[in-house]
Amino acid sequence: MADTVAGASPDPHASGEDPNRRDFIHIAAGVAAVGLVGGLAWPFIDQMNPAGDTLALASIEVDISKVVEGQQIVVKWRGKPLFVRYRTAKEIEAAIKDDHADLRDPQTDESRHKPGKAQYLILIGVCTHLGCVPTFGGGDYGGWLCPCHGSVYDTSGRIRRGPAPLNLAVPDYSFLSDTKVKVG
Amino acid sequence: MLRKGFAFAALGLALLAGPALAATTNEEPSNVHWSFEGPFGKFDKEQLQRGYKVYREVCSACHSMNLMYFRNLGQKGGPFYDPKYPNPNNNPVVKSLAHDITVKDIDTDTGDVISRPAIPADKFPAPFANEYAARASNGGSLPPDLSVMAKAREGGPAYIYSLLSGFKAPPAGLTLQAGKYYDPYFAGDLTGSWHGAASKVPEGGAISMPPPLTDGKVTFDDGHANRIKDEAYDVSAFLAWAAEPKMEERKAFGLGAMIYLLIFSGLLYASYKKIWKNVAH
Amino acid sequence: MSGHSTYEPKTGLERWLDSRLPIIRFANDTIVTFPTPKNLNYWWTFGGVLSLMLGLQIVTGIILAMHYVPHVDYAFNSIQRIKRDVNYGWLIQGMHANGASMFFLAVYIHMFRNLYYGSYKAPREVLWILGCVIYLLMMATAFFGYVLPWGQMSFHGAVVITNLIGALPIIGPSITTWLWGGFAVDDPTLNRFFSLHYLLPFMIAGVVALHVWALHVPGNNNPTGVNVKSKEDTVPFHPYYTVKDGFAISVFLIMYAVFVFYLPDALGDAANYIQANPLQTPQHIVPEWYLLPFYAILRAVPNKLMGVLLMFGAIGTLFVLPWLDTSKVRSMRYRPTMRLYYFIFILACLVLGYCGAHAPDDMVIPGVAGPQFLDANLNSIVWLSRIAALFYFVYFWVITPLMGLTETPLPEPESISTPVLSHPASAPAGATASPEKRG
Repeated sequence: MADTVAGASPDPHASGEDPNRRDFIHIAAGVAAVGLVGGLAWPFIDQMNPAGDTLALASIEVDISKVVEGQQIVVKWRGKPLFVRYRTAKEIEAAIKDDHADLRDPQTDESRHKPGKAQYLILIGVCTHLGCVPTFGGGDYGGWLCPCHGSVYDTSGRIRRGPAPLNLAVPDYSFLSDTKVKVG
Repeated sequence: MLRKGFAFAALGLALLAGPALAATTNEEPSNVHWSFEGPFGKFDKEQLQRGYKVYREVCSACHSMNLMYFRNLGQKGGPFYDPKYPNPNNNPVVKSLAHDITVKDIDTDTGDVISRPAIPADKFPAPFANEYAARASNGGSLPPDLSVMAKAREGGPAYIYSLLSGFKAPPAGLTLQAGKYYDPYFAGDLTGSWHGAASKVPEGGAISMPPPLTDGKVTFDDGHANRIKDEAYDVSAFLAWAAEPKMEERKAFGLGAMIYLLIFSGLLYASYKKIWKNVAH
Repeated sequence: MSGHSTYEPKTGLERWLDSRLPIIRFANDTIVTFPTPKNLNYWWTFGGVLSLMLGLQIVTGIILAMHYVPHVDYAFNSIQRIKRDVNYGWLIQGMHANGASMFFLAVYIHMFRNLYYGSYKAPREVLWILGCVIYLLMMATAFFGYVLPWGQMSFHGAVVITNLIGALPIIGPSITTWLWGGFAVDDPTLNRFFSLHYLLPFMIAGVVALHVWALHVPGNNNPTGVNVKSKEDTVPFHPYYTVKDGFAISVFLIMYAVFVFYLPDALGDAANYIQANPLQTPQHIVPEWYLLPFYAILRAVPNKLMGVLLMFGAIGTLFVLPWLDTSKVRSMRYRPTMRLYYFIFILACLVLGYCGAHAPDDMVIPGVAGPQFLDANLNSIVWLSRIAALFYFVYFWVITPLMGLTETPLPEPESISTPVLSHPASAPAGATASPEKRG
C-alpha cells in the first residue's frame, strides 16, 4: 500500500514526514482488515461442523440383551453402522489363536473387547478400505467380508486379507450394566 | 458529517419500523425489569430454573414447546448448565429432569408405540397428539406453542408477564362467552361484547386460557417467593431464554466485534488522513 | 474499460498473462489507477458499502441454504434450528436478515445522493438505468427471501404481493395461479421462491458488473457536477478512495453490528415468529420497512388495478428520469430552488414510509376529528399518503422538467479544482452534503 502512495500522482508527498510512522498506520489498518476477514471467516467455516442437535446424538445407549449368541445386531450410531456381535466360544478361541499370526495390523483379541466381556465384540461396521459395510459371517475367517473390494476380517474384526489397511475400529464405549452399553 | 448522515438514516429507520398499526387494543405491558436487558444483560440461572418448574408444572399441561430439547436445559447459558459437563447429555441434573418425563417411542422389535422415560436428546413432548386433539380439549381454542413465544408477541417477556399476572374480573357492561376470560393485556377487540358507551370499550381481549397461576401454586426448590407475579415473572424469563438460548453468546460476541470495529475504524481514519494529507479537495 | 491503460506488466509472468488474459490490467485500470474526482464526499462511499453488502448477503445466503429446508412443514423450524443448533448460525442468520435492511438503507442513500448531484444525467443515463434494474432485482430478491422463514408475515406478505398481479385484467388470475403452482401460496410456491431467491443475487452481481463498467466509461460524477477537466481534478482510486471507502465501510459495519448483536429483531415483525397459518391472517400486515413507501402508494388508491399500476409507475418513473430532467446543471448545489423541492421530496418519501406502516384509517394527528372528504377523513393516513404520493409523481413529472426550464442556477465553478481553491463558500451551508474542507 505504501509503495503506491509514494508513487501516486498528483501530490508529491515530500512533506518530510517520518516514513516509518506513515507505513505503520497503513500496515496496522491492513492487518486489522485481514484480521476482520479472518475473524468472520471462522464462524462461516465452523457452521459446517456438526450442529448441536447432531452432537446430541453423538453418544447412544444400546441394549445388548437382545443379541443372540453367534449373531450380531447393527445399530446406527453417528450415521454409521455399529456391529454388536455375541461371539461363540469357538469364535473367541479362533480369534485368540491368531493373536500372534502374521497380522497386517497386529492387535490381540484381548485388547479389542472389554475385560471379562469377551463374548461381546463392538465394532464400527465400516471397512477401513473405502468405507463400505462388511457382511457378517463372510470370508475364510468367519468374521466379515467386505463386498466392495473383498477385504476379509476375522472373528476379532482384524484385517486378514484384501486391500483394507486396518482392523475394524473399536469405538469408545463402556458397560453401564450387563445389558446396557453406552457408545461414544 | 457521516455521523449526521447515519443519525438521520437511523431516525428514518426508527420512524418507519417503529410504530405498528393497531386495529386491536390492549394495555401496554407493565414496565418490568429483567436481568437480561441491555447490551450486557445475562439470564439469571436460578430464575430460569424456577421458570422451568413453572412451565413444567403448569404451562406444559396444555402448551407444547416443540423447539426445545431437554439437552437445551444443560447447554451453555441454560438454566442447568454445569461447567463440569460441557456435553449437556452427561449432566446428571438434565438427565434426571428428562427422566421425570415420559415420551412416546417405537419399540424396534414389535413396532408398537411405547412410553419410555426421556433422555436429554429428546424433545419436550407435546401435551396433545395433534392440533385437533388440542382444540378438542380446550373448548375449540389452540394453546400456542411456547418455544419462541417471547419473540412472537409485541412486548416480548413483559407482555407474557403482564398477561399472566393481569387477569381481571370483566368490568360491568362486558359480557363474555362461556370459557372466555378478561385480560386487559391480551390483544383483542371487545367491541362486540361491550354494552356500555361506544367510546369506552375496555382495552384488552377475551382470552380462552383460564388464569393459570395462583399464589403458591408452584413451590420453588430454592424457597423463593411464589405469589402469582413471582411465578409469572420467572416463567416469562424462562420463555425469553427459550426463545433465544444463544442470547448471551450473541452479546458477548457483539462486544468483541464492536471493540474491534471501533479500533479498525480509528486505524482506517488515521490512514485516510495520512494519505489525503497533501491533496486539496 | 475506458481510455488508455496505464498498466505496464513488470515481470515475465505478468507479460505472459497480459497478452492472453489481461485480467491484472483490468483490475489495475478499474480499482487502482482509475482517475477519480478528488472532491468526492462521504455520500460517494456507498458504492463500496453496497459491493460489500452484496458480497456478504451472497456468502451468508449460501451458508444458510446449507441448513435451510424449503418445505412448508420444515422451513420455520429449520430457521430456528439454524439459530439454536448450528454453530454460529444465530450470527449468520442475523447478518443475513439484518443485512437485507442495511443493503436497502445503503442503496437508498446511494440513490438520493445520485438525485441530489444529478448523476443520472448525460452521459450517465445507462449507468442510472442499470442501477434501477439492480434496485428492482433487489426488491424481488428481498420479497422472495422474506417468504422463506415461513412465518405469518412471510406467508401473508406473499399472499398480498402475489395477489397484486391478479389485478391485471384477463390474464391476472392465470398468472397468479401459475406463480403459485397451486390455488394458494403453498409448498410449490415456497420451493420456487427459494430457487429464485438463490438465483437473483447472482443476476444482481452480473448487473453490478455492467453498472461498474458503465461507471468507468464517463467516470464518476462529483459534488460540483462539473466535468473533470484535467489531471489536476483527479486522484487515482487507490489508495485515495480505497482507504476512504474502507473507513466509511467500517463505520457502516459498526451500525450493522449494532443491529446484528444488540437489536436483531428490531427491524423484523413479531408475527414472523409465528409459523405460517393459511387459515388466520395477522392483525397487521406490513411489509419490511424498505418497501413501505410503495405499499403506501398502493393503498392510497381505492381502485385495485390503479393502485398496482401507480405503485409500479412509481418505480418505472425512475427509469425515464434522465429524460424528464431538462436542467443543464447537474448538482443541486447550484440549484437552490430545486434543492428545496428535493428536500420536500425526501420528506414525501419518509411520509409515505410512515403511512405504509399504519392502517389507512388511523388518524395522523391523534384526537383531531378531521372533516370527511370524498371517501375518507382528511386527518387520516390515507389522505396523507395521497398527498405524499401526489408529490412523488409531481416532483418527477412536473417540477423536474419545469424547473430546468425556468430556474436561474447559481454560477458553476469552472472546474473541480477551482471551488475549493478560490470559492470556499460556494457550497451552500444548508446542503447536507457539503464537501470535506479539511486536508
